[in-house]
Amino acid sequence: MGPAELLGHQVTDAPVGANLDTEVRPTGVHRIRGFLVDATRGGVLGPLVALLFASVVFSALTDTFLTPSNISLILTQSIVIGMLALGQTMIILTSGIDLANAAIMVLASVVIAKVVKVSDNAFVALLIGLAVALALSAISGLLVSQMNLPPFIVTLGMLTVVTAAARLYTGSSSIPVQNDLIAWLGTPVPIAGFRFTIGVFVWFAAYALAWYALTQTGWGTHVLAVGDDPEAARLAGIKTRRVLLSVYLVAGLCYAAAAWQALGRIPNADPSGYASGNLDSITAVVIGGTSLFGGRGGVIGTLIGTLIVTVLRNGLTQAGIDSLYQDIATGVLVVAAVLIDQITRRAR
Amino acid sequence: MTAPVLSAHRLFKHFGAVTALDGADFEVCEGEVMAVVGDNGAGKSTLIKALTGALVPDSGQILLDGERVRFHSPIDARRHGIETVYQTLAVAPALDISANMFLGREQRRPGVLGSFFRLLDKPAMRTRAAATLRELGITTARSVRQQVETLSGGQRQAVAVARAAAWGSKVVVLDEPTAALGVREAGQVLELVRRIRDRGVAVILISHNMPQVFEVADRIHIHRLGQRVALVRPTDVSMTDVVAIMTGARAGNEGVADADLPHGDGA
Ligand SMILES: Nc1ncnc2c1ncn2[C@@H]1O[C@H](COP(=O)(O)OP(=O)(O)OP(=O)(O)O)[C@@H](O)[C@H]1O
Ligand SMILES: [Mg+2]
Repeated sequence: MGPAELLGHQVTDAPVGANLDTEVRPTGVHRIRGFLVDATRGGVLGPLVALLFASVVFSALTDTFLTPSNISLILTQSIVIGMLALGQTMIILTSGIDLANAAIMVLASVVIAKVVKVSDNAFVALLIGLAVALALSAISGLLVSQMNLPPFIVTLGMLTVVTAAARLYTGSSSIPVQNDLIAWLGTPVPIAGFRFTIGVFVWFAAYALAWYALTQTGWGTHVLAVGDDPEAARLAGIKTRRVLLSVYLVAGLCYAAAAWQALGRIPNADPSGYASGNLDSITAVVIGGTSLFGGRGGVIGTLIGTLIVTVLRNGLTQAGIDSLYQDIATGVLVVAAVLIDQITRRAR
Repeated sequence: MTAPVLSAHRLFKHFGAVTALDGADFEVCEGEVMAVVGDNGAGKSTLIKALTGALVPDSGQILLDGERVRFHSPIDARRHGIETVYQTLAVAPALDISANMFLGREQRRPGVLGSFFRLLDKPAMRTRAAATLRELGITTARSVRQQVETLSGGQRQAVAVARAAAWGSKVVVLDEPTAALGVREAGQVLELVRRIRDRGVAVILISHNMPQVFEVADRIHIHRLGQRVALVRPTDVSMTDVVAIMTGARAGNEGVADADLPHGDGA
């Protein structure tokens, strides 16, 4: 009954988890199957089918849709919304929303343009643009994570303030930029008749990186858990506030990248540009199957969702259909996507 | 008779005018199921929270393996091998069983893949999760890749209990684990409780269900008005006795066998 006996018990009664260390590792086949299960868990099948369906329809309706030049156009047209939607996805996964993302991007881009203009140092300009986007996202993130304010309200305020700030900063006029580094992402990359840009590859690389972070790291698991059930996450020992803040910072990084991408596409920083960028990014995320309730979804879905939005706009234009019908089609898709999410949630 | 693995002496906790803990004592030994019973508002949850770091008592001592400890958070207590299954279960429904069992304690790949690229070792976690479930006799879930929300209430409870069992090397606390379950599922959870005990872990079971308490407990801690008023063995007393003590109809330990109370310092 003395300390020695107590010690003896501790030695024999090793932690239960520790007993399992000797388990054999799974084989290659198991790994591949596991990977497939993971890859489709975000529910990307529906959006993928929708994208293919729309593409087939437009290919049948027009001669111009399925051409290398039009496909290149669709991709380059998707980049900026795609980068905004990347940050948006992560925030929505935490059951938040970011109404200010496009406004932050626009402010960052006018700041970059102005700094280039006065200093002619594009590198410093990009760094300052990055700092602006990070700082603004950090403010949203701090208000949401530390003060427990609703993301909708925080980012609505941020949207209003930042939009006004961009106009004040520029006197409401756009700033043209002529600089190789700033325009670098717009550099054409011709491959087999396609006219990609460096920006297209950077966009895909950003998604690949985000996919990895969200699905293959502990941080990603924690982001999903915080969005799924914050109290359960907290009780599991996850520092939920820190995770939330980190998500807003990563989103800020995406918005800075979006600003650079926007200047690569059109070397002109317009303080009133991308006025519906926030809603477009939310549309892409929702159509891509990420739940507005948080915890479910992922960036692959958003990539497809972004393409669906662009393909609809592009295809309907090619088919000579009034652009207002494009808005109707997009709007219907969003509601349908949320409806499907709601129904499948209820079925659980 | 072994020494208690976790014990508390004269714990006090006030919430304004309410005295939730009024000099409460507590103890549980390894390989033992200690049931905690008491009327509503007796202070059971407060006692358990104090033991698991969810709240800090105003005064009193908590000893783990005979050493004085002070837990400032549930994570603190967990680091010391004390796991709690909350009544709310605290699982992330959209994550799979394996991710839930390792939530907040994810395992990374060895080498640079884990240290620099932060790559999770999902296969290893799944293997370990499956082994834990198997070892605990939880075979109803088809795969540890199943999302928790696709499980029944009893299966979810089993996952939460298995998580606690996998990590709670010393003490596992269960707050009303069968309250929301049907008879068959409750029976399975009680079976789990026994298995955890049989591995030498101390189990604290809060329950209002007397038949279940008598079925699974080795000793019963009867709480009333913020104090332990009796510590009895289910073999020595009847349910009526326990209810009588619980409700104050009879004074603590009066006329019933005393289960080694007080325990002393374990020497
Ligand atoms: N955070 C708190 N603030 C104020 N009073 C509290 C708090 N927590 C508990 N109490 C009070 O302390 C007393 C003991 O509560 P406790 O929850 O520990 O009881 P219990 O035995 O778990 O009851 P039940 O069986 O209903 O769960 C009650 O009077 C309760 O109202
Ligand atoms: Mg209680």
